[in-house]
Amino acid sequence: MKTVSLAEHTVRELNQMLHDQARQLTEPEWLITDPDGRHAIAAGLDQELAITIEGHAGYYCAGMNQRATVTVEGTVGVGVAENMMSGLVRVRGDASQSAGATGHGGLLVIEGNASARCGISMKGIDIVVGGNVGHMSAFMGQAGRLVICGDAGEALGDSLYECRIYVRGTVKSPGADCVEKEMRVEHREELARLLQQAGLDADPASFRRYGSARQLYNFKVDNADAY
Amino acid sequence: MCGIVGLYLKDAALESRLGALFEPMLIAMSDRGPDSAGFAIYGDEVPEGWIKLTLQNEAAGHDWDALVARLQEETGASVDWFRNASAAVLKTRSTESDLRAWLTANSPHTRVMSVGRSIEILKGVGHPRLVAERFGLRGMAGSHAIGHTRMATESAVTMAGSHPFSTGHDLCLVHNGSLSNHNQLRRELVRRGMRFETDNDSEVAAAYLTRRMRDGDTLSQALEAAIDDLDGFYTFTVGTRNGFAVLRDPIACKPAVLAETGAFVAMASEYRALARLPGIHEARVWEPEPGRVYVWEQGTTQVRETGT
Repeated sequence: MKTVSLAEHTVRELNQMLHDQARQLTEPEWLITDPDGRHAIAAGLDQELAITIEGHAGYYCAGMNQRATVTVEGTVGVGVAENMMSGLVRVRGDASQSAGATGHGGLLVIEGNASARCGISMKGIDIVVGGNVGHMSAFMGQAGRLVICGDAGEALGDSLYECRIYVRGTVKSPGADCVEKEMRVEHREELARLLQQAGLDADPASFRRYGSARQLYNFKVDNADAY
Repeated sequence: MCGIVGLYLKDAALESRLGALFEPMLIAMSDRGPDSAGFAIYGDEVPEGWIKLTLQNEAAGHDWDALVARLQEETGASVDWFRNASAAVLKTRSTESDLRAWLTANSPHTRVMSVGRSIEILKGVGHPRLVAERFGLRGMAGSHAIGHTRMATESAVTMAGSHPFSTGHDLCLVHNGSLSNHNQLRRELVRRGMRFETDNDSEVAAAYLTRRMRDGDTLSQALEAAIDDLDGFYTFTVGTRNGFAVLRDPIACKPAVLAETGAFVAMASEYRALARLPGIHEARVWEPEPGRVYVWEQGTTQVRETGT
């Protein structure tokens, strides 16, 4: 395990070390200390590195991640794992807004709460949140699964495409074109797998499923007069 | 983009170090607002019946000694005062209106930054580090402080346009965001007797709170009303003589992080600004919810959810 203190190195130096290492892959495990809320820590990784960040990270932590496993032993700022392609990002604390935004793949686990716009425009990423999510979560979600073990804020899944949302707690309000749907066997199985991958202990039977009513997909010619 | 920081001490033993704890917070937000900076610091309170004014005059070679001597002679006011760079802090038993009238007539370029028993507001154009050094923030003592690093969007980069804004005794506000109905609100507030120093939208928010509290609202009530009456996006941090408050707009356009320990409550646009506070690793750190009023007054926490 290699340890890098961000009190001694800049984020740019750290990320360069990680990118160089990614090509050689001789040092697969890294411990980052003194993150102190700095932005873009461990962004743009593309090899099977295991990174532990000891403390709170700032904006865009583990952004654009591919294949790497990044664990934050604290909270994260805006846009953790934004546009993630693959790999695993785990946040032990809370996440700020737009967690997992536009993510294409991989698994983002937030053990605490996530604030507004969690999974905005998600395109295939799986996101499992141990606590609550804020308003407009999964806004315009196109693919992937968002699992919320706590409560969801206003306008959950607004303008949703094909993303599936599982909620254990309350939903303050579903967004436009987001409806509660039947929880079938395949959904319970899918949810059980996601919870198991995330390492969160919750009974799949206690969740409800939300998805798109598919009324906003296409322009309806009947509405032409409105324009 | 702008940066906001605030530090409200619960442990009086830290008061002598307020400036030393607060300066790194302000400087940490320089990336978010490099064009100007300012802070309000509460401490060195004057007795009841006295007021304290912070004045600014940016003219090089401005003769504060002569100004204060004339002011005392011509108004009959007895003034204890000291100079701090381009600012001067005056303590007197005279009335605010007498002093303002005399200053307007005799030294129109000397601006009144703050009036109250505890507050001093020091601000200016330049990198936050330079502004903090100019006024000796690091050595200051007090009970709480609120600061702002500015990247101007709505009005000119000037000392007067930088934050914090104070529109009433001991009340100040810093703002990250922009308000869209400030012109209309300003007209309404002027009709109700409020005075404005600038065209800045944030000054309107400060005046709005001052007016509500003058009419009997508590700080919480004034902020709850603000959610309905102020249109735009904002994170506000507000200071009063013994209070500290944070409010984000209901859409949560602008960031904010809070941290609380037994010794302090701290607020910042980003966690980076809080990372050096003593005991931060044991602090409760969280993101204030949108449209929810957070108020601390004399050590008691009052968090009230509001309707919009």
